[in-house]
Amino acid sequence: MIEQIPYLAVILIAGIGIATILLKKNLIKMIMGLAIIEGAANLFLIILGYREGGIAPIFTNAPGGEMVLPTVQAMTLTNIVIGFATTALLLAFAIIIYRKYGSVETNNIRRLRE
Amino acid sequence: MQMSSIVKTTADILFPFILIYGFYIIIHGHLTPGGGFQGGAILASGVLLLLLAYRYSESTQIVRQVMMKTLESTGLLLFIIAALSAMVIGAGYFFNWLSPGGFIFGDIVTYGSTVANLNTGGLIPIMNLAVGIEVVGAISVILLALLSGIKEKI
Amino acid sequence: MKRKLSITITILMIGMLGVIVTGLTFGDPGDHPMDRYFIENSQQQSGANNVVTAVLFDYRGFDTLGEAAVLFTAALGATLLFRKRREE
Repeated sequence: MIEQIPYLAVILIAGIGIATILLKKNLIKMIMGLAIIEGAANLFLIILGYREGGIAPIFTNAPGGEMVLPTVQAMTLTNIVIGFATTALLLAFAIIIYRKYGSVETNNIRRLRE
Repeated sequence: MQMSSIVKTTADILFPFILIYGFYIIIHGHLTPGGGFQGGAILASGVLLLLLAYRYSESTQIVRQVMMKTLESTGLLLFIIAALSAMVIGAGYFFNWLSPGGFIFGDIVTYGSTVANLNTGGLIPIMNLAVGIEVVGAISVILLALLSGIKEKI
Repeated sequence: MKRKLSITITILMIGMLGVIVTGLTFGDPGDHPMDRYFIENSQQQSGANNVVTAVLFDYRGFDTLGEAAVLFTAALGATLLFRKRREE
């Protein structure tokens, strides 16, 4: 159990992100919670490809030894860019909601019910 | 409201150095850690520094929206054309036809830990440049659109 | 009522993740034939010293093409949302 501390860190960060989305009432704070969950997912992907005592997968002046797995790092690069695109569009929606209703608290954005 | 003159002078002096660092990371993408996306993000942070230091009405004369839209479209078109150029030779859609012995980026690499040689790589440095230009264009367009939606009261 | 429900859901999700994690080992990925092929043959076939860049642009080029298209679509959507309406 003590050698699985990186996985416990992933679970802790994901739990903080889920609690932020469920407990806060401000739109901007909910979007920040989603960004925290995406950070936990990227960390989990990189941790899966580690080899004990390995070196970086680059051949320029490389010391001897086994290399860590390179495929997972390429997937993480793609995931970071997709997370940025999602957060940018969500923030644009938040600006439009602020223009129409005058505030970003979810208690005051209730006119769709009437 | 605008920043003080210390911030404006620092942003003016630091912007060329950030540009040089970003292009260094993009062009050495096949030798050291880095590549297209990382270098594009560094260049976009340099543009963001200019947007923050000046007022909105002054900074949109330095960083225009038409120029950033052109950069983004040119980057994506260059990427697609570089990938389609392999079909002229007769192979598949992303084939690296410049790698062992082409005319611009083709030196031969032996297996094992070697010294870095910029002349290798084939089609990969061209695609790195295309993706880097596209990322700086897209991030600048998103930032300018979000800034124009929040009108600042002078 | 709502706070108790949220805290219950959070602990439930953390418990599900914890059950999955106890079956994994850290630092010992086992046998991977695809990554062994990439590390041994990527320097002669594509000519780049960086294995991650060779995987991202040469062996898996379609994923990079899809990601460039996603970034372009996000910039397009953000521009279309902030147009000025012409009152005519």
